[in-house]
Amino acid sequence: MVGPIIQFSNVSKRFVKGKETITIFDHLDLSIQAGDFVAIMGPSGSGKTTLLNLMGGLDQATEGQITFNGAAISGLSEGQLAAWRAVNVGFIFQFYNLMPMLTAERNVELPLLLTKLSGAERRQRVQAALALVGLRERTGHYPREMSGGQQQRVAIARGIISDPKLLVCDEPTGDLDRATADEVLLMLQTLNQEMGKTIVMVTHDPAAAKYAHRILHLDKGAFTDRELAA
Amino acid sequence: MNDFYLMRKNLSRKKLRAILMLVAIFIAFLIFGVLASFQHGFNAGTGLGGTDSRLITVSKINFTQSLPVAHIARIAGVDGVETVAMANWFGGYYQEPSNLLAMYAVDPEPYLKAYRDAYVIAPAERAAFLADRGSLLVPEGLANKYGWKVGDSLPLLSNIFSNKTTNSHRWDFTIAGIIHTAHPDDPQGAILFHHAYFDETVTFGRDKFNWAVERIAPGADGDRIAGAIDLLFANSPSETATQQEKAFNRAFLAQIGNIALIVTLVVSAAFCTILMIVGNTMIMAIRERTKEIAVLKTLGFSRGRILRLVLGEALLLALLGGVPGLLLAVVVDKVALAKLLPGSTMTWPISLTGIGFMLAFGLVTGLAPALNAMRINIAAGLARF
Ligand SMILES: Nc1ncnc2c1ncn2[C@@H]1O[C@H](COP(=O)(O)OP(=O)(O)OP(=O)(O)O)[C@@H](O)[C@H]1O
Ligand SMILES: [Mg+2]
Repeated sequence: MVGPIIQFSNVSKRFVKGKETITIFDHLDLSIQAGDFVAIMGPSGSGKTTLLNLMGGLDQATEGQITFNGAAISGLSEGQLAAWRAVNVGFIFQFYNLMPMLTAERNVELPLLLTKLSGAERRQRVQAALALVGLRERTGHYPREMSGGQQQRVAIARGIISDPKLLVCDEPTGDLDRATADEVLLMLQTLNQEMGKTIVMVTHDPAAAKYAHRILHLDKGAFTDRELAA
Repeated sequence: MNDFYLMRKNLSRKKLRAILMLVAIFIAFLIFGVLASFQHGFNAGTGLGGTDSRLITVSKINFTQSLPVAHIARIAGVDGVETVAMANWFGGYYQEPSNLLAMYAVDPEPYLKAYRDAYVIAPAERAAFLADRGSLLVPEGLANKYGWKVGDSLPLLSNIFSNKTTNSHRWDFTIAGIIHTAHPDDPQGAILFHHAYFDETVTFGRDKFNWAVERIAPGADGDRIAGAIDLLFANSPSETATQQEKAFNRAFLAQIGNIALIVTLVVSAAFCTILMIVGNTMIMAIRERTKEIAVLKTLGFSRGRILRLVLGEALLLALLGGVPGLLLAVVVDKVALAKLLPGSTMTWPISLTGIGFMLAFGLVTGLAPALNAMRINIAAGLARF
């Protein structure tokens, strides 16, 4: 194996609200290997989304260090983090979070506005990404004209368009029926196996978690799995 | 696709809201354009002419009130008054009521004497005018505008008085001569005709005048003479107010200035109202998009980029509403306003001021929502439904 793509060392996360301080993580350790497919399960409020936010550089740890491919991302400025996310992380959400006023094609193209690619290169990449998720004939459709499963596939295409190493998925099948969920999960599995994407997926669904190589259980801000902190 | 495409798409996502905002901005700039042009026309027509060697006497009540003709002889007797001429409004127009003319019924000889340094008239034309009671003198600018020539007969109408010989508002004149200004920049002045002709044909308002102009001896003390004139009629039913011509013109200008100020205040109030409505609507529109903006930030859009997207959208809105408003104002000027008040045109400075206001409008309405958008916290924004 190549070594950990993500490493949490002694990470604490606290929210301060007025006089109250809520501690979500207290000295948490975690390491995820490059190319892994990890499912994170746990009760509501256990800190799963917060964990993904830290991992994906959407939020900062209060304490401790988070490294990505050996380089610390804790301590980067907001602007540096934004640039880092654009290159290194793809995000997939439960409710797809597509732009309603843009077609499938434009939604997928959105992250490429942050690159210097030419119009032709962009178009080529967008077509390839949409073909990969099986939506070649839906390029001109708006989100409202598509089913939940189709929208999630557009979101996946958007997530991989800038070719990030890491895909962070927060309950990606939470809003889908069994069959559609399986389609989406198979797609993630393919991305993991054939394109080598590291995937970290939060899910409440044990059937979904089975697609992962490894399942971690989070409860009250701590992993309950023994073998973990390796 | 580029940022401009995103701004356009964002702007047009709620059609009705966008249209209402565009219409509000459109109206604001239409009003601005029309009034600014109108004001330009007004100011152009009132050059600050006048000299210290002339006094103007009007009724003390206000300058639209008439005074008895008998006043003239008494004013002439005041020490230091070289010559005095009475003058009357006529409310003249040519063919159409919209072709308004500045036109006074005056005592021909003393009036021309009083204005001898301001007007240049060919001696033969001057003599012809003085000799013919039914003739008139026209300023060069008007003659050129309507193609009038010396010798033409010219029927003119009054929107105030009626003529008992024609049983209508029509008076028939012959053009005796052209008035040139001594300096090209001087105010053009008015059409002049014989007060005597007016007096004997008019159905009402005889033996009255609206104002008198006095020429005073060189070096004479204008204030003293003005005081002496007013003293003559103190405590009479027709008291007078006499001022040096320059001061009189300035007072007249000040009144117009007040009107301009009121107009400016009204327009500014409308402007501010529309500004606040649009600004508020923009703030709400952006707040509705909190989650989407959080997604853009997630994808790696920087704070500055988000700020620019929202500001750009507000600027685009201001220009899309404002430019057509200004263009329609140009049409209104050409079709309607210029007939009422020549010189009412959308000048380049007015257009550029308008564009400047649009940019300011866009920046002001866009700034608060843009700052809000820039500050959206990703984690909190994504957690919203
Ligand atoms: N910005 C914040 N300020 C204060 N508390 C927060 C904030 N964000 C999250 N929390 C709290 O942190 C805890 C963990 O939240 P998180 O969203 O990570 O849970 P989760 O495991 O994803 O839950 P769910 O399964 O419902 O999505 C919760 O108690 C939540 O109220
Ligand atoms: Mg969650």
